[in-house]
This record gives sequence, C-alpha cells and structure tokens, in this order.
Amino acid sequence: MSGPSTYVPKLGIAKWLDARLPLPRLMHDSFVVYPVPRNLNYFWTFGGILMLMLVAQIITGVVLAMHYTPHSTMAFNSVESIMRDVEYGWLLRYMHANGASFFFIAVYLHIFRGLYYGSYKAPREVLWILGCIIFLLMMATAFMGYVLPWGQMSFWGATVITNLFSAIPLVGETIVTFLWGGYSVDNPTLTRFFSLHFLLPFMIFGVVILHVWALHVTGQNNPTGVEVKAVAKDTIPFTPYATIKDAFALVCFFAVFTYFIFYIPNYLGHADNYIQANPSVTPAHIVPEWYFLPFYAILRAVPDKLGGVLLMGAAVVILAFLPWLDTSRVRSMNYRPLARQCFWVFVVVCIMLGWLGSRPAEQPYVFLSQVFTALYFAYFLVALPLLGLFETPKKLPGSIAESVLGKLRGGSGSIVGTAATAEPNTKG
Amino acid sequence: MKSVRFTLAAAAAFVVVVIAAGSPAPALAAAGGVKPPEHNWSFDGPFGTFDRAQLQRGYRVYREVCSACHAMSLVRFRNLAQTGGPEFTQAQVAALAAEFKVPDGPNDQGEMFERPARPSDAFPRPFPNEQAARAANNGAYPYDLSVMAKARNYERGFPLFLLDIVTQYQEGGPDYIKALLTGYTEPPAGVELQPGQNWNVYKPGNVFAMPNMLNDGQIEYPKGADGRPQVPETAQQYAADVTAFLTWAAEPHMEQRKRIGFMVLSFLIIFAGLLYFTKKRIWSRLPEHSPGHT
Repeated sequence: MSGPSTYVPKLGIAKWLDARLPLPRLMHDSFVVYPVPRNLNYFWTFGGILMLMLVAQIITGVVLAMHYTPHSTMAFNSVESIMRDVEYGWLLRYMHANGASFFFIAVYLHIFRGLYYGSYKAPREVLWILGCIIFLLMMATAFMGYVLPWGQMSFWGATVITNLFSAIPLVGETIVTFLWGGYSVDNPTLTRFFSLHFLLPFMIFGVVILHVWALHVTGQNNPTGVEVKAVAKDTIPFTPYATIKDAFALVCFFAVFTYFIFYIPNYLGHADNYIQANPSVTPAHIVPEWYFLPFYAILRAVPDKLGGVLLMGAAVVILAFLPWLDTSRVRSMNYRPLARQCFWVFVVVCIMLGWLGSRPAEQPYVFLSQVFTALYFAYFLVALPLLGLFETPKKLPGSIAESVLGKLRGGSGSIVGTAATAEPNTKG
Repeated sequence: MKSVRFTLAAAAAFVVVVIAAGSPAPALAAAGGVKPPEHNWSFDGPFGTFDRAQLQRGYRVYREVCSACHAMSLVRFRNLAQTGGPEFTQAQVAALAAEFKVPDGPNDQGEMFERPARPSDAFPRPFPNEQAARAANNGAYPYDLSVMAKARNYERGFPLFLLDIVTQYQEGGPDYIKALLTGYTEPPAGVELQPGQNWNVYKPGNVFAMPNMLNDGQIEYPKGADGRPQVPETAQQYAADVTAFLTWAAEPHMEQRKRIGFMVLSFLIIFAGLLYFTKKRIWSRLPEHSPGHT
C-alpha cells in the first residue's frame, strides 16, 4: 500500500543516519507521506487519540508510582497523601483515574467504528485480532489498577473477579491461590497487582506498535469500505491533512476529558472506594467500573458460575472471530441496510447490558440480562453469518474518489443504486 | 425490511419502558432511606468556593462535638491555615493545635511522653484503636471522617445521573451527611429499637448507631460587632457548617482544581477553534475539495 519510500535525506547527518538506521525514513513514510483514504470521517481519529491516552496514562502512572506505597496497610493513605500533600498530586491522580475511563470511551468508539465499517474483514484480520489483544490487556490493566487504591470496591471487586477463576475445573483453586499469593485477597495480592499494573501498559505499547505496523501494511479502511484503487486519486498524504484533522479531534476529546478531571472528577468512580478496604464488611452492592458493566451483566445472567465465566470470556473473545463470522463481502454497513439496523440494535443491547450490570442480581434484572445476553451473542452468531447470505447490499461506489467527487457534483445516483449485487471488494 | 423496522421500534420502546419503570424504584428500595434534599452549598458548581467563616465554624463543631468519637487522622493542623481552606492564621493554628496533647517519643531516656500538638501533627485520634472505640460506643465504630464527604453518596437514578454531568452535581456526599445529621425522628409505631440504636430517616435501613448529636443553641458561635452571632445557632446550621468542613477536609484542593480547570478548559476550547479553522484552510487546498470534508 505504502509503495517505495519517497524519503530523500537532505542534511549530511540525515544521510549518514539513513545509511545506518533509517529511523527518520520510517517516520517520514509512516506519518508524513503515508497515504490516507480521502473520505475518512471523524470516527477515524480515535486511533491517534488512543495512542495519546496510552502515553498520558503511562506518564501520570509512572509519577504516581513514585509516591504510592503498595502495602495493604498503607496503600489507601498513600493515595490520600498524593491527593493532599504531593504538589498537584490531586491532578495526577484524577487524570490517571479519569484517564482510564476516557481510554475506554475512546476504545469503545474505536471498536464500534470497526464493527460498523467492517474494518475487521480481509485483509485486516490480523490488525483486528491485535486490537482484540490490546483490548484484553487494557481490561486486565484497568482491573488491576482499580485495586491499587485499596478501597472497599478495590478489595471486593478483586475478590469477586479473582474468585471467578475458581470455577475452572481441577486447577481453578490453585490458580486463585496463585493469583492471591495466599488464601484470600491480601497484601501479596496487592503487591503483585501493582507489579503487573506497571508492566502491562508497556506490553500494550508493544502490541500497539504491531497494530500500527499491520495498519500501515494493509492501509486504512474507509467509510465506503471500498479499497484504495488509485493512490493518487483516492488518498491524500497523512501530513498535513490527517495530522491537522487528528489534532483538532484530539483537542476536542481532551476538552471533554478535562471537564471531567477538573469539575466532576469522582463522577465515574464509586463513593465506596473512598472507604478503606475491610475484609469483614461487604458493600451492599459490589459493582465494577462502568466500562466492565456489560460483561458483568453477562457473567451474572448465567445461574451457573462456570457457565457465567465462560460466557463472559466468550463475549470478549468472540470479537476476534468476527472476520470469519461475518459472511458478507461488503464491508461498510452504509451499503448493508439490514446489517445496519442489526448494528444499532446491538449498540442498544450493549448499553442495556451496561445498565443491567449496575443493578443488583435480582429479578427482573437477571431475566433481562439473559434476554440481552442472548441478543448480544445473536449479533455475532446469527445476524452477521446469515445476513451475508441473504442481504441484498446497495450498489458500492466504483472508487473512493468517485464517492467523494460524486457527492461534490450533487449527484448521488452512482452511490445509492437500487438493488444490485455487491461488487466484490478487491484488494487494492 | 418493514418487519425489521418494527422490531427495532419495538425494541426501542421496550428499552424506554424498562428504564422508566426500573430505575427510580430500586434506588429507594436498595437504600432503604429517603433521598436527601439538595442543599445550596457555597462550593457548588464550576466557580464554587468554600466559605471561610463557615469552615471555621465547622471546625468548631467538629472540635466540640464530633471529635469526641471520630478521628480525622488524614488532616493536619497546618492544613487549617492553607489557601482554599478555613484559612486560620498561623498563630491561630498553633493555638488550636496546642489545645491537644499528642504522644511522642521515645526520648533519650527511651520513654514515650506527651507534648502539646504542633501544626505539623495530624488531628489526634480520640481512641487508641478500633477495639477501644467500639468498647466505648456500644460496639459501633465511629468512622474516621477525613474523606467521609467523598465516601458517601446516594443513587440519583435515571435520568438525573446523566443531567448531573451538565449540572456538575458533586454534592451527593455532603447532602447525605447534612440530612443524616438532622434526620433523627421517633421510630414508626411497632418498631422497637434496642439500646444504642437510633431511628434516622436518611440512613439506609433507618437504624443508626450514632445518636442525635446536634441541638439548637448547643455550640456558641463567634459574635459579630453587635454582640450577636452572625448565623443562627441551630442544629440545621451546625450540620451545614460541619458538613462544609468535612467536604473541604475530603477535597482540600477543590478551589485550586476548579480555578485551574477553568483556565485549562478555556485554553482547549480556543485552541480547538483555531485548529478547526486551520484544518478547514488546509483541506481547502485539495483540488477536488468536497463538502464532506469540512
């Protein structure tokens, strides 16, 4: 996709380095001349936003770790001392805690964009699966990070989630003992979670590099789902066009993020986590952070513990199989009238599961969780496999350029044709 | 097509009904208490600040009433002088600290001793440990109040919880605490309370180990020039003042946070505006500029 490199070093030192380690060439090819489909909308800016969120989380996290004490008797007070006595410690901590939430807001928008525009389809399967791995690592990191302040929700959340592993036959109990470093959630659990919480972001960073690499091999998908056919016509250089657009979107995203940090920093948290962990007092309702609620609802929808754990795991892992579950040859749901409706139902289902995850485990919520869990899986296992076989897609534009320029001329005839067979997406 | 649309509409309607029917009810059922009224605090909203005089009165209420049982071990006397707090003078803080004796040591003889507290000391605990506190309070433990204002909340329900993002309602904790402090009533007929139990309208489950501690005229407030207190010496006023004090104690940098927030947000909005117009300018260089790109 990128084609041969067009980088020409000018300075003497640049030529010298280019012959030895062509790092400037890599940057030039990846972020300056890299061809970007010209019709990307603002949903394509979340990749860049996520990159910056990861860096922001690592920077605030490293500084917080300088002041934090990972010990069950001191962790809670050390976090409070960061809030009170460290210069701008309150800012660092609120940035980091709300940063986790905004990381997930961005990643969910990023994932739903991929679902809608069929970004997971050939030739981007590996790119998509790497994204799923990043998502899984993010979940583990966020979960362990939430344990560190050692409040009531930290402690009981850790107890509930680690206990899930005990459902695994034969080795379950051993795994739980290993996770805990003992026979209950205690100081050894906290110290190993702290260690892993520090490690995992760098693993995420590594997978992100692979993710971007894979992206730059296949090129970006775009709202039409039609591959780039003529680079000169269908694409524009990354810099300045994508750079300035990403920068604008990023600043808008950060404005919202900032609003939460400075004005409602505890809105996304839970009051119980300002109570120090106490193994002998169970909170009235143990709820995870908002970004885990849909999965928590799926977990509790199943009366059987092992079944619930498997289903919750499946809800995440099934994403990785999407490239093969979706049988349609058309990528973008802009051209798939039935799939598009299913997609929006799926979005509503996810929101409802999130709401149900925040309710106590009693009727009618359990029954509703079961209904929406069934609908969640139906999207992947029924709707997407079958729709590809029966659905009649709208006519695709001949090329990206045609879709853009056709609009400019005011004629939409070439885009929204009536029933016609889909043009196969040939790799560009 | 039609049937799919219908399904979609039906699903949407179902969702709305479920949310409308399901949300407010469990909030009350789960809490077992009445939702506290929303008090009008000086620290509400994006430009909210603490009322210094109120925080100073609040400290007096804590000092004379609450501190008999409740520790605030994360707060230090020096905090009482810092910007954005009660802003007592350094001399006042030294005097307030010196009212307390704190254990220190060992000295060069290897013995522990007591000395008057200094501004750098944390508020002393009324009991040496949890067991002693329980033994003195019918088995109930008076919690540390350092972050209490952030550690309590009540469920807002749909759609209030979404509106709270825009209205910046962050005072669930203070509203609950103030209501709780003045929420004592006789138990309803047929409910028998054990010794050490009290009936409170706002407490989830209604049975509360802490008795009513605030009564009208109980604490003497500083007098104004005319020889009369500037605010009424009522239980309601005491409760509001001590709650404001607890809110500051839980969030001592709130004023700085909101002040910086305004600057940061203003900057980002202006910066975003400039970037938007720069983006438009750059994209207009494309020969076949499309309206879809704006």
